[in-house]
Amino acid sequence: MRDVAVIGVGCTEFGEHWGTSFRDLFVKAGALALEDAGLSGENLDALYVGNMSAGRFVEQEHIGALIADYAGLATNHVPSTRVEAACASGGLAFRQAVIAVASGMEDIVVAAGVEKMTDVGTGASVDMLASAADREWEGFAGATFPGLYAMIATDYMHRYPLTREQLAQVAVKNHENGAKNPIAQFRNRITVDTVLNSSLVADPLRLFDCSPITDGAAAVVVVPLERAREFTDSPVRVLASAQASDTIALHDRRDISTLDASVAAGKRAFAQAGLTHKDIDMLEVHDCFTIAEICAIEDLGFCKKGEAGRLTEEGVTALGGEIPVNTSGGLKACGHPVGATGIKQIYEIVNQLRGEAAGRQVDAEIGMAHNVGGTGATVVVHILGA
Amino acid sequence: MSVSRFWRKIPQRYNLIGTQCTSCGRYFFPPRSLCPDCRRSGKIVDHKFNGEGTVVTYTVIRSASDQFEHTTPYVLAIVELDEGPRLTTQVACLPEEAKIGMRVRSVFRRIAADGESGTIHYGTKFVPVE
Repeated sequence: MRDVAVIGVGCTEFGEHWGTSFRDLFVKAGALALEDAGLSGENLDALYVGNMSAGRFVEQEHIGALIADYAGLATNHVPSTRVEAACASGGLAFRQAVIAVASGMEDIVVAAGVEKMTDVGTGASVDMLASAADREWEGFAGATFPGLYAMIATDYMHRYPLTREQLAQVAVKNHENGAKNPIAQFRNRITVDTVLNSSLVADPLRLFDCSPITDGAAAVVVVPLERAREFTDSPVRVLASAQASDTIALHDRRDISTLDASVAAGKRAFAQAGLTHKDIDMLEVHDCFTIAEICAIEDLGFCKKGEAGRLTEEGVTALGGEIPVNTSGGLKACGHPVGATGIKQIYEIVNQLRGEAAGRQVDAEIGMAHNVGGTGATVVVHILGA
Repeated sequence: MSVSRFWRKIPQRYNLIGTQCTSCGRYFFPPRSLCPDCRRSGKIVDHKFNGEGTVVTYTVIRSASDQFEHTTPYVLAIVELDEGPRLTTQVACLPEEAKIGMRVRSVFRRIAADGESGTIHYGTKFVPVE
């Protein structure tokens, strides 16, 4: 197995891109990543694209081929593969690219993620996102995606001392970070009252506990570490790439409030990298809902179950805190184009480790990305090091 | 949901028929045709659940997909059946009545419909036990 490094990253602005198509979003992110890596594209060996549901969002399948074509790679016959794991599609595409390079099969590989969500109405989006859970036995009963995370929140708040205000502080903190991120969908600051006064979506979760519907694309270039210096003076090493599965339905989990796949993927990642929690300087976690960030911090082992709310309230996870979480603004403020989110997490960590995160820069040499599919049926964890 | 997709699970959806692995005794609802514990050595048979259980967690859905939007707000819960398995279901009660630990029993109800002229989906909901 070869060591792998990231040599270039690119990301579109996240938001409602009424004037930009699915393919244009992808091409823009890909071009930014190649430009950052100093590559023209003709020397690419392979492409892995994370995408959850182009079939339903834009009625287009065969995404790998479409993207290779519009990225100008089809006439070179560059292999292009779509990877799908609901909201973890991006993280999984990155992992596939890392595996391809680590194995020695391929040298210069692009991992990308793209989702175009605003071409359908909100009702249709809600229905599509519910297909990340069990359509036959959760969706059939009327479960929405926010509803499933709301049931995690109800269980969690029944068992642990998490206040409604602490939960709101996750969103407040992520908007604070998003305000400093030029690609973020929401660059406005909010208060605890903004969250508590927003409409209920699924009790106890309110509108401002939820990540938005977003269009966006992100791409990164990975190569063998031994070749990285050919392209850049500041390669970022992939120290671990781990993935874990759990039951598709929330009702079948061992513990409603613990994402066992996060626990498993986290442990595997630490073991691969030979690192411990105190080595990690920053985290990008999957905060599709505020409760998800609370669970992620705990399930990855950064504190005991029941403590993440208090740590958030004390500012431990803020930009200037001991362990900054979601410096990008997270899914909540940066936006959540589902297939692109996992790659955007890598984009953010690479920017931070290179010292190029401008107004939201933290002092970091090692970062961890945590990307969740569904309510935790797939979890992908990566550790990157400067 | 297409007609055939709904129709093929009518016994399960209407009458709470799941499965049991007779090798280890574990019950499954939703039904499974492979026991995760015994795998290929497990023998799976149908099992009709008695329909009583306890609310493990719940929420009140205020914003739903188009199919369910007209029924909001509704209580959605994870119910643990007395035989062990858990399922996701609506509880037909007022939002303020729902609580963790509440005893419930299954009832046959209309769940949703595929538009104005499509299939009406019936199935199981739960109601509080008096």
